[in-house]
Amino acid sequence: MKLPPLDYICPATLTEAIAALAVHGGNAKVIAGGQSLVPMLAFRLAAPSVLVDIGQLPDLKSISISAEGIDFGALVTWRDIECDTRLAQVHPLLAAAIAHVAHYQIRNRGTVGGSMAHADPAAEMPGIAVTCDAMLTIVGPNGTRILRADEFITGGLSTVLEADEILTSIRLPLWKKARRWAFEEFAPRHGDFALAGVAAFYDIDAQGLAYNAHIGVIGVADRPMRLPGVEAVLDGRRIDADVILQAAAAARDAVDPADDIHAEAAYRRDLLGVLLERALARAADITLPEAA
Amino acid sequence: MSDAAKLLVGSAVERMEDARFLSGSGNFADDLAVEGMLHAAILRSPIAHARIVAIDVSAALAMPGIRSVITARDIGDAIPIIPLRLAPLPEFEPFCQPVIASDKVRYVGEPIAVVVAESRALAEDALETIGIEFESLSAVTERGASETPLFDFAEDNVALRYDAGFGDPDAAFASADYVRTERFSVQRHTALPMETRGLLAEWNSLAGRLVVTGATKVTFYNRRALARMLDLGQDDIDLIEIDVGGGFGVRGEFYPEDFLIPFAARKLARPVKWIEDRREHLMAINHSRDVACELSLACRSDGMILGLRGRVFADMGAYIRTNGGVVPAKAAQFLPGPYRIPNVSVSVEAFMTSKTPVGTYRGPGRFEANFFRERLIDMAAMDLGIDVAEFRRKNLITEQELPYPIDGLVPYEGPTSYDTGDYVEVFERALKEIGWHEKRHLQGKLIDGLRHGIGLGCFVESGGAGPKENAALTLEKDGSLTVAVGSSVLGQGLETVLGQIASDTLSIPLDRIRVLHGSTTLLDEGFGTYHSRAVVMGGSAVLDAATRLRERISEQASNHLGRPNSELRIVNASVVADNGASVSFATLAAGGELQADGTFSNDVRTYSYGTHAAHVTVDPRTGAVKVLDYVAVEDVGRAINPAIVHGQAIGAIVQGLGGVFLDHLIYDDQGQLLNASLADYLVPTASDFPVLRAVTLELRPSPSNPLGAKGAGEGGIVAVAAATANAVAAALAPLNVEIRHLPLTPPRLWRLIKDARERATNAA
Ligand SMILES: Cc1cc2nc3c(=O)[nH]c(=O)nc-3n(C[C@H](O)[C@H](O)[C@H](O)COP(=O)(O)OP(=O)(O)OC[C@H]3O[C@@H](n4cnc5c(N)ncnc54)[C@H](O)[C@@H]3O)c2cc1C
Repeated sequence: MKLPPLDYICPATLTEAIAALAVHGGNAKVIAGGQSLVPMLAFRLAAPSVLVDIGQLPDLKSISISAEGIDFGALVTWRDIECDTRLAQVHPLLAAAIAHVAHYQIRNRGTVGGSMAHADPAAEMPGIAVTCDAMLTIVGPNGTRILRADEFITGGLSTVLEADEILTSIRLPLWKKARRWAFEEFAPRHGDFALAGVAAFYDIDAQGLAYNAHIGVIGVADRPMRLPGVEAVLDGRRIDADVILQAAAAARDAVDPADDIHAEAAYRRDLLGVLLERALARAADITLPEAA
Repeated sequence: MSDAAKLLVGSAVERMEDARFLSGSGNFADDLAVEGMLHAAILRSPIAHARIVAIDVSAALAMPGIRSVITARDIGDAIPIIPLRLAPLPEFEPFCQPVIASDKVRYVGEPIAVVVAESRALAEDALETIGIEFESLSAVTERGASETPLFDFAEDNVALRYDAGFGDPDAAFASADYVRTERFSVQRHTALPMETRGLLAEWNSLAGRLVVTGATKVTFYNRRALARMLDLGQDDIDLIEIDVGGGFGVRGEFYPEDFLIPFAARKLARPVKWIEDRREHLMAINHSRDVACELSLACRSDGMILGLRGRVFADMGAYIRTNGGVVPAKAAQFLPGPYRIPNVSVSVEAFMTSKTPVGTYRGPGRFEANFFRERLIDMAAMDLGIDVAEFRRKNLITEQELPYPIDGLVPYEGPTSYDTGDYVEVFERALKEIGWHEKRHLQGKLIDGLRHGIGLGCFVESGGAGPKENAALTLEKDGSLTVAVGSSVLGQGLETVLGQIASDTLSIPLDRIRVLHGSTTLLDEGFGTYHSRAVVMGGSAVLDAATRLRERISEQASNHLGRPNSELRIVNASVVADNGASVSFATLAAGGELQADGTFSNDVRTYSYGTHAAHVTVDPRTGAVKVLDYVAVEDVGRAINPAIVHGQAIGAIVQGLGGVFLDHLIYDDQGQLLNASLADYLVPTASDFPVLRAVTLELRPSPSNPLGAKGAGEGGIVAVAAATANAVAAALAPLNVEIRHLPLTPPRLWRLIKDARERATNAA
């Protein structure tokens, strides 16, 4: 499990990094925390001839909060998020979700940019980004483009990123104060990739009805996605046990997971419904009669 | 003669090894580096079953830094076969593994070529260029797939069948009020020691000698095997044991690499190192468990067991390795467990498949047998309307019935009897510890969405395999003591334990004792570490040597001090006479060599025993199980170091819970191993099962050895599946779910619950 032969460069500026990627065409690969890429190299599932380490690039390590949103530099780590005490207030859904990512050592190195670019279908950050309509800034030789998270991810472990582009930041829209939300996931061991997960939020209008429902799911398809059918069940309704059960049924219908060695498809489908029930009950602060 | 006030045997002294390990100064195989060392990587079969038509290594040989590519052709016409170490039955011989594939491969991971290069990375680069033309054959992945024999000489894929038993089971079953038959299975998994295997082989061509470092477990046996294969004298080979990061049965057996790496070193006359990476570990090291059983119990209506019948089916993988049929044989032998069952019949079928070969893993066969039997006991008790604890109490062998013969369950083994113990008392203790009476009302209850269950599992566990162990003690010139023993250290704290034994006898403080172990350079013969034998056998040999050395020291002191032996006492590494004169050990050692050999021979096995109890919750909607409380109570006869025994027990429980919930080597129908990485092969981590308790008792010492010790390394694992699965089954009993097959992953439990619901709906 040694890495294939490769060169390593560690540019000091974004421009240099992009230039290096462009020179090597498809043979160069960005490395950030290395927590997904290095295992792939060790298994020789990826064999780039050059690694371009973006770890020393300036200005990609901060979390900043402004009127426009919450900006995460691509090199922000899971540990940075955990330690940033502002986030529990300004984006509790994100903070709750990121608590589930991986184990200590990995949390110290893994980055939000790496996670988005890797686009694992069960990863939390892409799930939150899609659920919350995050905007991603991508810089390449021809300049900068900004994409919404669901446009960025194009399939299992695939994104719109070109070989010579770097994802530099992720912007989450500001969080409304009285927003109802919950994150639920289920993994065989804490820190493992989830068998399924749900990120949910909605706002409440003056009549006590839900609007602006966002329901995002991970682990049940080739990529994270929102479930508009479920959101439609919630919008305009008072969130009670009935509505929650309807939403869960809609969620089960909306997904078509695949069998794999960890779980049969039917399990993930049902699990998603259970997680959504639990998430919505917590968001609405009601207790559901337990079915079993 | 020594100072009784400060005896170390029986006290929880800190492990001598810990400072070394915790400060990172252990010396493991991958720490080895010598001048001129080359690195090996092994090309392993990517397909399960195929004929090898051609191998092209020319591109690999042309790459920079590649020193050699070894295939079967380089080894010669007769490819050495790895011998059966345990129970060498003739039936198994034709199924033994050649050290390298020549004409056929039979499992994914089977060695085909060895690349030796200036670095491991270069060697791996070269592996990718080796071209192999295969003619692929159908994979055999389950029992009864006999249309594709894996071995040309065989008509089907069954390597061995036998029947064994005692009493008259037919009559017992015919006369019983109640009979129940069930099928159970335990999935294929493995031990996963933290340190993968690793070897450094050094050939001295002038002397014609070979030194292999990184050996362990059964080094003397392995030396004999290697000598035969390399056509060397035994004395031309040293196998050196250094620190070992876990064995659990799988590590240290003779594997293909134990030949291939020394062969490469001799061929190239250069030191060659090989470190098994985790991916190859999961497909190369022995797999284990993978046993199914059809089990029947015959009882009277009052719950008295009259008879037991068990048919054991074991997937042995592609070859029979060194452990022969130990896994299925023990799975059959331990089916009756600690119960009075007068009529027993067992049968064993060991069949071959295109998977990695199977060997022993901590509690081999016992983990499985206890799971099968204890599950069926719960089912029977429920059917008969008898409390599961009462059912066991009624059938446990009582102290008056010991020794209790269990002869004839392994046809090729001699008579054996459960030795000593109070099975009932230990059982009651486990009930008390788990709070059985207080918590019984929770069985199956749904509280806050979680169903509660409490389960029990009783066991007996053999240890202390013979025939013999040796030790040699030397009093060094500085008065310190060197202990050399034929037992192997695999990280279990044996250095400390043997040091304690020597320290008490000789009154030398532990920090003045150095324990050397395992290496073939230390003694003429050693027997190694398996079957929980290192303390029973090695400890007793050290005790024997220490007693002899003490006599020699006394003799010398008597000469030195001019006082008779009867007036001498040994105190704190000196000999003191009644008249107050004294001489230190160092002074005595300076006067002439003080050395003693010790040995312990014994073929009588020890039987530790105990009960495990588990309290779990199951989330019936997700299938998630939480272990709320777990207690393992075991009588080990004598705990030389209670802290070490406790650590062994807790570690074993965690490992066992892994086997219940997580560990699973998954193959597809092409014989591909689907989860050869720790991302997909899940094992418990330190935080997964926080609430575990172990109670070690010393009620009845073993009569078969002077220490009174019984095996203590495996009792923590052998009843984990039994107790835990019973707890899960109790939790889900109201949903009409039965537990018959491991592992209990959330998706599998969810499926059982769903199917039971659908059955109920259809019936309604
Ligand atoms: C045992 C284990 C458990 C894990 N569990 C979880 C989990 O539960 N949840 C979870 O979400 N993740 C988990 N991970 C993955 C972990 O979070 C990774 O760190 C993360 O997915 C990738 O981040 P990285 O910085 O390490 O990226 P790298 O490994 O460095 O890179 C990953 C990919 O992204 C590309 N890339 C990286 N940064 C950029 C960028 N700025 N612009 C363009 N391309 C880029 C690389 O070229 C590469 O293709 C786990 C990992 C391990 C090893």
